[in-house]
Amino acid sequence: MSGAALEPQGHRVWRFGADIDTDVLAPGAYMKLGIEGIAPHCLESVRPEFAGSVQRGDVIVAGRNFGIGSSREQAAAALVHLGVAAVIAPSYNGLYFRNAFNVGLLLLTCPQAELLQENERIVLEPQGSSVVSVLSGRLACEPVPDFLMAMVRAGGLFNQLKQRLAAQAATAPATVPADPPAAPSLTPSPR
Amino acid sequence: MTHTTAPASTLAQKLIARAAGRDHVSPGEIVNCRVDLAMFHDSSGPRRLKPMLDELKAPIWDTSRVVLVMDHYVPERDDESRRIVKIARDWAREQALPHVYDGQGICHVVVPQGGHIRPGLFCVGGDSHSPTGGAFGAYMFGIGSTEMLGVVVTGEIWLRVPQTIQMVWRGALASGVCAKDMMLHMIGRFGMNGGQYQAIEFAGDTVQALGMQERMTLSNMSAELGSQVGLIAPDATTRDWLRATGAEVGDTDHWRTDDGAALTRHDFDASTLAPQVAAPHSPANSGDVTRWAGLPVDVAYIGACTGAKLDDLRAAASLLRGQRAAPGVKLIVAPASQHDQRLAEQEGVMQVLRDAGAEIGATACGACAGYGDALGGASTVISTTARNFKGRMGSAEAQVYLASPYTVAASAVTGRISDPREFSATGFAA
Repeated sequence: MSGAALEPQGHRVWRFGADIDTDVLAPGAYMKLGIEGIAPHCLESVRPEFAGSVQRGDVIVAGRNFGIGSSREQAAAALVHLGVAAVIAPSYNGLYFRNAFNVGLLLLTCPQAELLQENERIVLEPQGSSVVSVLSGRLACEPVPDFLMAMVRAGGLFNQLKQRLAAQAATAPATVPADPPAAPSLTPSPR
Repeated sequence: MTHTTAPASTLAQKLIARAAGRDHVSPGEIVNCRVDLAMFHDSSGPRRLKPMLDELKAPIWDTSRVVLVMDHYVPERDDESRRIVKIARDWAREQALPHVYDGQGICHVVVPQGGHIRPGLFCVGGDSHSPTGGAFGAYMFGIGSTEMLGVVVTGEIWLRVPQTIQMVWRGALASGVCAKDMMLHMIGRFGMNGGQYQAIEFAGDTVQALGMQERMTLSNMSAELGSQVGLIAPDATTRDWLRATGAEVGDTDHWRTDDGAALTRHDFDASTLAPQVAAPHSPANSGDVTRWAGLPVDVAYIGACTGAKLDDLRAAASLLRGQRAAPGVKLIVAPASQHDQRLAEQEGVMQVLRDAGAEIGATACGACAGYGDALGGASTVISTTARNFKGRMGSAEAQVYLASPYTVAASAVTGRISDPREFSATGFAA
C-alpha cells in the first residue's frame, strides 16, 4: 500500500456516478498525445475541475461498472499520472480491471462504496481488505489476489518485467526463455 | 481430440484448457495460457510497445505470432498521426514483422480476412473489440498496451477461468432485422457489464443461420456486454469462410460446449425481435425503434468494424437502392476493409450507396472513436458503430443513436429515425 495510506488525514474522496467509461477517462480526441497530454482532460466531461484540483493521494469513489469501454490503458494511467491512490467502486469493467493493475493503479471492489461521501477522508487498510470512513465505519472490499497487490507495489507490470529480466541477466547470459515456468514473478500461483 | 474422461466442459473451458496445457480447467481457477496470436494496431501497439521493449532490451517472443494493423490513425491527417503511423511502419521494418496490414481496413475485420484467427486458437488483441475473433471459435479478448508488452515478451498471459453464459436464439429474424439488433437487445436487457467479464457463447438455430460477418457483429459487441469473450462454436459456415481466405482448417468438432456442461442459459425468440435503437449515451439504453421513430437526424453514419463490413454495406444498399438521403442529412459510409469495399464495388453495392448521396470515407476506424474525421458540433447522429458514449465521436454535444445498417439507411432516407420494416413493404433489393 502507498505511504499515503498511513497519513492520519487519510485519502480525500472524489465521488463519481455509475458507468464511468474510458472515453470520459481518456477522451479519444487527446489519445494521440502522451499521458501528460491526456491526463488534464481526464473526467472533464463529467467534472471539468477534477484534473486541475485533484491532489496526490486522493481516491475516486464511483458507482458500478467503472471503466466500461475501450482497452486504452491511458484511462487508468491518467489517474496514476494525476496521483490518484485508488479507485473504490462496487464493480469494474473486466478489461479496465486488468489494465489498472498493469499500470499500478489499485482498484478496490467495495459493494458499499456508495456510503462514502464527497470530500471525506478515508483510510485504506493494508492489502486493500477494507476502507475505513469516519462517517460510515469499516467497509469490506473483495480480496485482491496477492500477485495483483505485488503488481501495484512494483508500480505496474512494466517494472515487474524489468526486475525479472534484470534478475535473469544477473544469473545467466540468456535471452528470455519461452517456457511457461520462465515467468515466475508474473505467474499467479494456481489455486 | 476427444477427451472422454474429462468432465463436461463449455467451449470456453476447452479453449482455455488447451492454451494452458491442461486436460480440464474449472471456472474461478487462475491459469497461465500460451498465446497463439497477438494482434495490435497503430494506436495501442508500436508507439507504446517500442519504447518499453527498447528499455527492457527484450526481443519479441515470436514475430510469426504477431499481427500489426494500421487502422486508427490512417489516413494520416496531421503531424501527430503521421508521427504515430511512422513509428508503426519503422518498427514493423526493424522487427521484420511478417504480418502487417497497413491502411487496409480495421483490425477486427482485416485479421480474420487474412486467415489468422482459426477455431481452437488462443488470441489477444490490443483493442476492446478483440472478442470479434470469438466468432471463429477462437478464445480472443482485448488487453491494454502494458499487458500486451507482457505477452510480446513472454508469450503468455494469466486468466481467471470464466463461467459460461449461453445466449440461445431460436427462430428466423424478420426482414430488416439483423445481428446488430440482437446485440442491442441483449445489451439493453443485461446492461453494459451484464457479461461480468465471463464467457458469453451465442448459440441456437438463429445464430447458426447467420453468415460469418453477422456472427462477427455478435462477438464484436460482446465488448459492450462486458464479457471477456463472445464465442460461437465453429461449423460448416466457419470452415467454408476460413478456407476461402486460404486458411487451413481441420476438424473442428471438439470446439463445442459438451452436453451437461455447467452454464447459465438465456433464451430469445428471434422472430419477434423488432429493429433496435440505443439512445445517448449508452449502448444499454436500447429499445424498439418505434420508441424513437420520427426523431430528426443530421448525420447517418455507416462505419466501423461493428457496422461497415460487406454484409452491413449490402444491408444498407438493399434499402437505399433507388433512394436518396433526405435533404440536409449527411450520409457517410466508411467501409470496414478495402477487401469488403472492393467486393461491394464489384457487386454494385458501392454505386447504390453513392447514388443515394453517400460520402465515402476511408476504410479505417474513422469517426467511430473520434480519432479520424470526428463529427463536430451539436448534431444528432444515427450510427452503425458500437458505442455512443458522451463525446466519443468527437463532440460532447453530439447525440449519437446506435442502430443496424438497415435502420441507419432507412433514417437517412426519411431524415428521421425510421423503422426499416416500413421499407420492406416495397421489398428489400437482394
